[in-house]
Amino acid sequence: MAHIDVSIEHRHAPEPERDSAGRKHPNTCPSCGSHYRDDELAANLRVCPQCGHHFPLRARERIEQLADDGSFAEEAADLRSQDPLGFFDLRPYAERLAEAELSTGLGDAMVIGRGAVGGHACELAVMDFAFMGGSMGSVVGEKFVRACESAAEHGVPVVTVTASGGARMQEGILSLMQLPKTVCAVADLHDAGGALVCVMAHPTTAGVLASFATLGDVTVAEPGALLAFTGPRVVQQTTREKLPDDFGLAESNYRFGHLDAIVPRPELRAYLTRLLGLFANGR
Amino acid sequence: MAAEDELRLRERLSHLRSLPLLRGARLSGELARLQRQLDRIAAAPTDEEIARFVELARHEQRPYALDYFDRLCEDFVELHGDRARADDQAVVAGLARFDGRTVVVVGQQKGRDISERTRRNFGMAYPEGYRKAMRAMTLAQRHGFPLLSFVDTPGAYPGVAAEQHGQGGAIAASQALLAQLTVPVISCIIGEGGSGGAIAIALADRVLMQENALYSVISPEGCAAILWRDAGEWRKAAAALRPDARHCLELGVIDTIVPEPTVGAHTDHDEAARLLGDALRDALGELEGVHGEELRRRRRQRFRGIGVFTEALATAVAGDSAGHEPL
Repeated sequence: MAHIDVSIEHRHAPEPERDSAGRKHPNTCPSCGSHYRDDELAANLRVCPQCGHHFPLRARERIEQLADDGSFAEEAADLRSQDPLGFFDLRPYAERLAEAELSTGLGDAMVIGRGAVGGHACELAVMDFAFMGGSMGSVVGEKFVRACESAAEHGVPVVTVTASGGARMQEGILSLMQLPKTVCAVADLHDAGGALVCVMAHPTTAGVLASFATLGDVTVAEPGALLAFTGPRVVQQTTREKLPDDFGLAESNYRFGHLDAIVPRPELRAYLTRLLGLFANGR
Repeated sequence: MAAEDELRLRERLSHLRSLPLLRGARLSGELARLQRQLDRIAAAPTDEEIARFVELARHEQRPYALDYFDRLCEDFVELHGDRARADDQAVVAGLARFDGRTVVVVGQQKGRDISERTRRNFGMAYPEGYRKAMRAMTLAQRHGFPLLSFVDTPGAYPGVAAEQHGQGGAIAASQALLAQLTVPVISCIIGEGGSGGAIAIALADRVLMQENALYSVISPEGCAAILWRDAGEWRKAAAALRPDARHCLELGVIDTIVPEPTVGAHTDHDEAARLLGDALRDALGELEGVHGEELRRRRRQRFRGIGVFTEALATAVAGDSAGHEPL
């Protein structure tokens, strides 16, 4: 069958519909402007068929893509954030939490559970950027720790997929304490002989990058993901430096030696299967 | 509101009193100190007081890490460089004698005048600084010296080169190394405990905090810029974040509030150092009899327990129960 270059079509296609707030349809590729139906995009693992741009994945979509059918059993689903500081900025934190739960159907920004990838049992800890920017507060920290503990107990590796803006400001200093908390969990996991595989999705920044995301035995990222302790806007504002075009991107991190590989989404499952097989063999 | 807070702190105190103890002898001192602290801080700080802490913690004349090394230690020998790339002067580290024993000290160092501030990058470390700190930690571990860390940084440096050299990874690696040590680790927040840059050297057995210091997930200005979309609203952000010592103690994030001279540490460096020295000596005394493996286990357990969340119907305040095993 002849290959049809639909990109030309797309360039001349009418502007995607905008909603009442003037936002483009969420399935519009920010990189090449192509737009897709939900099922088209889902069939392609939410990777743009034209340019390879990786659309964000919800935690449950990610688990569905990675875990063997029917293997995933969620754990700690009932954990909910409290509002220990009674935090109130322009809106109360409690309200933001309720709203996030309603719109995402998740208790917090991470989903954990036992599962299998390519036949290898493992513990999955997957973040969801749609829940308050994937920010890490007490619940995300606790869930990650429980994932590590469960993995150590069952003698399986942890596979974590990160997508986070960093620590959650609304829980103040307690959010910062989730950095050492998760770091200690990784230390315990490693002492118990467990492996940690980190897959960094767009974006993995600040507190999550500065804790468990960079402590994997193997650390990989999706193409084009922003992986930075400080994001480009703040670096620009603070230092007035001219930023390189690829500032903080996975490709730049790879070049500087901070990643083991950049794995496109269609290859991720096979990559993890191979890796988990190697870790399983050593035990 | 203040009365409620006080009640909570009193409950916490009585909870601590009821805990089973390994070393009872030390406890009375610990409780007495908590009681004294409770008396000092019976009223919760007002929003205005929190804003004042922000100013005091950043006061130009506040004693910095090197000022304390000078006053608290003898025979300080500074170590330089990360043995890979550079000597980041925002971090100072070395060997010294404290209270008769050899310790390793590490801290962030701001500068006193413009040229020193520039040289020390206002206490904002590059990854090289954290790797220098890790060298010092490794040294402490190798020779069994206790590690004392002095936290005073607005945050890790947010620059292009810092990112390229792996800022996030360096902060994580530094914490991971601290989680491995089998020597006593004591941290003190002596000024600004700025986010990731601070916690990189503060994963400790005991975390002390001076009464006018700050310990926060983000600077009040940064928080205001994001949530209020105006950095000028930093007072509101500070009040909401509650980065003061009293609240950190209440949340189980720190173990002890170290008193300062009446108006603040900047008024009398010698007295500030004496008060900090007393607190460090007490903390070190509590830790020194404990076996290394046990020390490490409890250090990890300490952080394992921090966080506030609910699960189903039961409310868990992990910071109150699992967290603080008295030594």
